[in-house]
Amino acid sequence: MTTTHDQDLPPTPPDDPPIAHAPAPGTEDPGRSEPGTGDLGRSVPGTGDLGRSVPGTGDLGGFGPGAADLRAGGPGGGDGRALVAVEDLWVGFGGVEVVRGVSLSVAPGECVAIVGESGSGKSVTARTLLGLAGPGADVRASAFTVAGQDALGFGPREWRALRGRFAGLVLQDALVSLDPLRTVGAEIAEVLAVHDVVPRAWRGSRVLELLESVGVPEPEVRARQRPHELSGGLRQRVLIASAIAAEPELIIADEPTTALDVTVQAQVLRLLAERRAAGSALLLISHDLAVVGSIADRVLVMREGRVVEEGPAPDVLVAPAHAYTRALLAAVPSAASRGTRLTDGTPLPRRPAPPEPPSSPATPARAGVQPSGLAGDRAARSYGAAAPGKGVEAPGPGVGAVPVLVGAGLGRSYGSRRVVDDVSFVLHRGETLGVVGESGSGKTTLARLALALLEPDQGRVSLLGGPWSGLRERERRPRRPRIQLISQNPLDSFDPRHTAGRLIAEPLRLPGRERRARVLDLLARVGLPPDMAARHPRELSGGQRQRIAIARALGPRPDVLVADEPVSALDVSVQAQVLDLLAELQAEYGTAMVFISHDLGVVHHLADRVLVMKDGRVVEEGDVAEVFARPRHPYTRELVAAVPRLPAGRPAGSRGTAAEQRVGAGT
Amino acid sequence: MPAPTPTALPAAPPAAVRRRRPRSAVLPPLLPSALLGLVALAVAVPGLLAGADPLAADPLAALAPPGPGHWFGSDHLGRDVLARVVHGARHSISIGVVATALAVTSGVLLGLAAGLSPRWLDEALARAFDVLSTLPELLLALLVVAITGPGTANVIFAIAVAQIPAYARVIRAQTFVVRRSGCVEQAVTFGRGRLAITAGHVLPNVLGPIPVLATIGLGTAIIAGSGLSFLGMGPQPPAAEWGAMLSEARDYLRVAWWEALFPGLAITLTVACLTVVGRRLQRRFEGRTP
Repeated sequence: MTTTHDQDLPPTPPDDPPIAHAPAPGTEDPGRSEPGTGDLGRSVPGTGDLGRSVPGTGDLGGFGPGAADLRAGGPGGGDGRALVAVEDLWVGFGGVEVVRGVSLSVAPGECVAIVGESGSGKSVTARTLLGLAGPGADVRASAFTVAGQDALGFGPREWRALRGRFAGLVLQDALVSLDPLRTVGAEIAEVLAVHDVVPRAWRGSRVLELLESVGVPEPEVRARQRPHELSGGLRQRVLIASAIAAEPELIIADEPTTALDVTVQAQVLRLLAERRAAGSALLLISHDLAVVGSIADRVLVMREGRVVEEGPAPDVLVAPAHAYTRALLAAVPSAASRGTRLTDGTPLPRRPAPPEPPSSPATPARAGVQPSGLAGDRAARSYGAAAPGKGVEAPGPGVGAVPVLVGAGLGRSYGSRRVVDDVSFVLHRGETLGVVGESGSGKTTLARLALALLEPDQGRVSLLGGPWSGLRERERRPRRPRIQLISQNPLDSFDPRHTAGRLIAEPLRLPGRERRARVLDLLARVGLPPDMAARHPRELSGGQRQRIAIARALGPRPDVLVADEPVSALDVSVQAQVLDLLAELQAEYGTAMVFISHDLGVVHHLADRVLVMKDGRVVEEGDVAEVFARPRHPYTRELVAAVPRLPAGRPAGSRGTAAEQRVGAGT
Repeated sequence: MPAPTPTALPAAPPAAVRRRRPRSAVLPPLLPSALLGLVALAVAVPGLLAGADPLAADPLAALAPPGPGHWFGSDHLGRDVLARVVHGARHSISIGVVATALAVTSGVLLGLAAGLSPRWLDEALARAFDVLSTLPELLLALLVVAITGPGTANVIFAIAVAQIPAYARVIRAQTFVVRRSGCVEQAVTFGRGRLAITAGHVLPNVLGPIPVLATIGLGTAIIAGSGLSFLGMGPQPPAAEWGAMLSEARDYLRVAWWEALFPGLAITLTVACLTVVGRRLQRRFEGRTP
């Protein structure tokens, strides 16, 4: 069922009909008896993941272990008439073609997803379907039907009549998309007024109904609030409420969950799945294959303006035909990818053994700290209390080396808010400690405490056996190079006036000649050509910038790296390259790393141990595989369950069995 | 979907679609730049533009209307107005330039100091800037010159003092932004000292808006300088200075309009040109990171 498109391939044989005319799964094939696309038995052989019937459950709060598969049996059927159909769509801006020959159709009740990395043209394609390609856009297509009308000749009036009424648009950033000066109730009422779907007198109560239907608690209160008074999840719900206010047949959602925490993302996806179950068709744009896999019937993979692959979601995600889709899937970090490179699947070099190896062959990380949070906590306290310098004896069996970084009972408040509360951790040489948690959980504050950029108001940090917090900056300065930071946004951490070479040279305490040689060496280590040294970071891509940030942090050969969401702003394939690079260099230099991320998959891929944070406290800690496979704390369980998963079973040449694909499965 | 055959490929988009920034947005405006060049030339080598001696009095030719020999006419003492306007540029412009340079330097240092100081000191400095900003610049300058007494140096000092708060406030605000930026934090993690970070990262990055502000501020300073000279606080007679020339011409306004018109025109055009160029620079650098 999977068809492949590529300009380089010979034209598809005539017996493979163009997709625009192909029956959309679930529209003309109500039985859906085909293996892999079966309706309730939608499970791919070997997963044991039975189809779930979401409609009617209305269970927005709960996160069962099956929350990932939101595909509903849905009404699906229909008369086969596509709501939107476009053939050979080209969109260009000022001579640059952004969309190149895309054909796409969405049938009533169907969920179609467009997946691609930034710059693939997925958003422009979706917006063009609503006549929102933007000023100066040059739109051409050989056929373009919207709501049964020929849209090629549409003017602004015709488009306006369709927007909201026929198709609602949900955008990524709800804070930007909502008018900051209006209450959210007024925002939704406007849609009702413009399309005159509800008489004026009933609009108020209809707004409350809508808010309630998208799971906004206390709709009477919320309707009177403005966007900034709502949380990100609530804002996204309001946006969905306004998109569905005029009861459109089609909802177009452009990265609707990208800025959201994983548990909130699960709620929003569930909400979209409910709308779909209620009969709306859904066109979902996302960079995240797992998000798409949990909800879509059909997936289009876009790259550089072209659809490279399309087909039913389980087929594309389990047995992708195109190399790009395969690479994209393989680049997703997870439990199964541990110890291998994300870019090519080859094994990563082993980390060097610590200088003072304990008697047992186990790494000190695993041996030294019990999975139990309490034991780690106790160990941390005793390290923290130890006198500076030598004399730190192993408090328990199996710990042979002084940990490089220890936090003991750390606390920090901003005003009356306790941002970090009683957090303890131990980081051993060469080990990676993952810190996961949602926004506002205190992860970044913990990083700043570890770097002594912020003083704890409780507890203490020690570095390499000596005191680190509570010192004067002058005393800390000589040891500063031992612990380095890689931040989420490298551009912000670079002096905007400096070239890449100068940035990398900054932390190096070397005479001019050696310094230049070292900069070139570091550039080579992070896989950048030497002429990059003269470039300004503004001219570089996100991945190249992060490579420069890594080169700069490794320059002083630190014992500890603190990486605060180092890959969360990157596309999945670039993220894969950067994660591989980090893992390789870490193995080479033997650097220990505190790796902060909201992405459980990334942490599972990279970290040895993990701290799970919520509201400034560590709710669970331990070995990564153990914590994610058998989460003890309810919050960890919720977090693990909320992660959208790719359908089990990997493409040929995959690295693990189906069971290992799941986040949370033991390795 | 079959791969589009070459015939299905749309024609290449018209090249004219590509939008180009209008030339005027890139280059400084031609006419004001040319006029400012002329003023600069008058400051540097006044003899090139006007051969006559600006101080040579010729009572017989007093109050001669513009014409051959005296293109801008002559004043009540028979001095050539063209020569006096050209030579006067040196006084008027240098008062403005020196005062602006002083104001920028002190403003940057004070603003930086406030932005990096402990809170109490910052508050004290910031309130001082605020209070000084409530007074119109010319009034403040007049107040200072009333204390120090007349003279070119005093006028320069007075104007500089009056303009310091404007620069200091901008720099203080910039300093707050840069101080909290990732690049300064990162420099701390490299173990660099406070002074090295201030000189290496903070200072260069807060200076972004200064060129634009100083260009516009220069115009204000020239008006203030001429204004104080008009009141007799600046260069003393018989020195040629635009403000002082206006002041002397006041008594002959009914009989010799040219004696007042040309110095007045010189001030107006210079300041207007500076403002146009400054605003154009501002638009060009707007939205750029400092």
